[in-house]
Amino acid sequence: MVNRQVVGAHYGLRDWLVQRVTAVIMLAYAVAIVAFLLLAQGASYAAWQQLFSCTWVRVLTTVTILALLWHAWVGLRDIWMDYVQHIGVRLTLHVLTILWLVASLVYAIVVVWGV
Amino acid sequence: MTTRNVKFSIYRFDPEKDAKPYMQDYTVELDSTEHKLLDALVKLKVLDDSVSFRRSCREGVCGSDAMNINGKNGLACVTDVDSLKQPIQIRPLPGLPVVRDLIVDMTQFFKQYHSIKPYVQNDTPPPDRERLQSQEDRKELDGLYECILCACCSTSCPSFWWNPDKFVGPAGLLAAYRFIADTRDTATNERLDNLEDPYRLFRCHTIMNCVDVCPKDLNPTKAIGKIKDLMVKRIA
Repeated sequence: MVNRQVVGAHYGLRDWLVQRVTAVIMLAYAVAIVAFLLLAQGASYAAWQQLFSCTWVRVLTTVTILALLWHAWVGLRDIWMDYVQHIGVRLTLHVLTILWLVASLVYAIVVVWGV
Repeated sequence: MTTRNVKFSIYRFDPEKDAKPYMQDYTVELDSTEHKLLDALVKLKVLDDSVSFRRSCREGVCGSDAMNINGKNGLACVTDVDSLKQPIQIRPLPGLPVVRDLIVDMTQFFKQYHSIKPYVQNDTPPPDRERLQSQEDRKELDGLYECILCACCSTSCPSFWWNPDKFVGPAGLLAAYRFIADTRDTATNERLDNLEDPYRLFRCHTIMNCVDVCPKDLNPTKAIGKIKDLMVKRIA
């Protein structure tokens, strides 16, 4: 393989936008949860269970978890891209990151939908 | 004439002689007409002519004497020597290979600058006289065209330190926006395509060291933001 400097993978803008949009989703969800905690003073386990028994709460929570994991993917890959120069090591870290995020997603869905 | 002594600690490295770089102490006597750091360095060169640094216009226009002064990049010729804490630590610009003492190899920096095609591209037939701009359109170039390519910004940028071969860097991106913003240029789409890459533009994490050090008070971060805005506008 020739030793050429290759750039031009056209996903720079998409990932930059994704990072911002997912941040807004997480912020909105966080505000909603804090509002719930303030309204339902001293939220008990029963109150939590009742809240999460609503399908739409579960759906919104799942959407937020997806946003969180996608946000984490962009951020973590940025760190690997900045600091890890060896392509083999970087690719391995990318794969491990994806595996970890997918595993977290599956576990989170089991928790949210199993209440 | 009153004189004063100024203490220096200067980065020394001659790859032909030295195994590794070291700091050397100097004391320079300045008279009341000598105010700028460059005046002191020129005087220091009389004491020890082996100390190497670049300088040319000595008035902040050529950008030759950019160096790391007490940990912050700047131009020696426009830096007030009395405002600096002594001993004044002078090092070469960080992140670029050192040729000797304070002289760095700027090849990588200029390679990135050239990669954004820093000239007006226009495929329409040239008019009889020059291509005109409205005063309003011309105003958009203020804060962009003044860059002197001293490399203070790019060499203070961590993203440029980690990926100087792939990230264009603040100086190059400021220049890129200078031509994107120019109404006489018709290659906007190609210019945006050229930057829409996870490395070339999007390694910028808005650290803003570039804005902090620019001796011409320019704002590359703002220019980078405007390029991103145009990219969003293009797809939305």
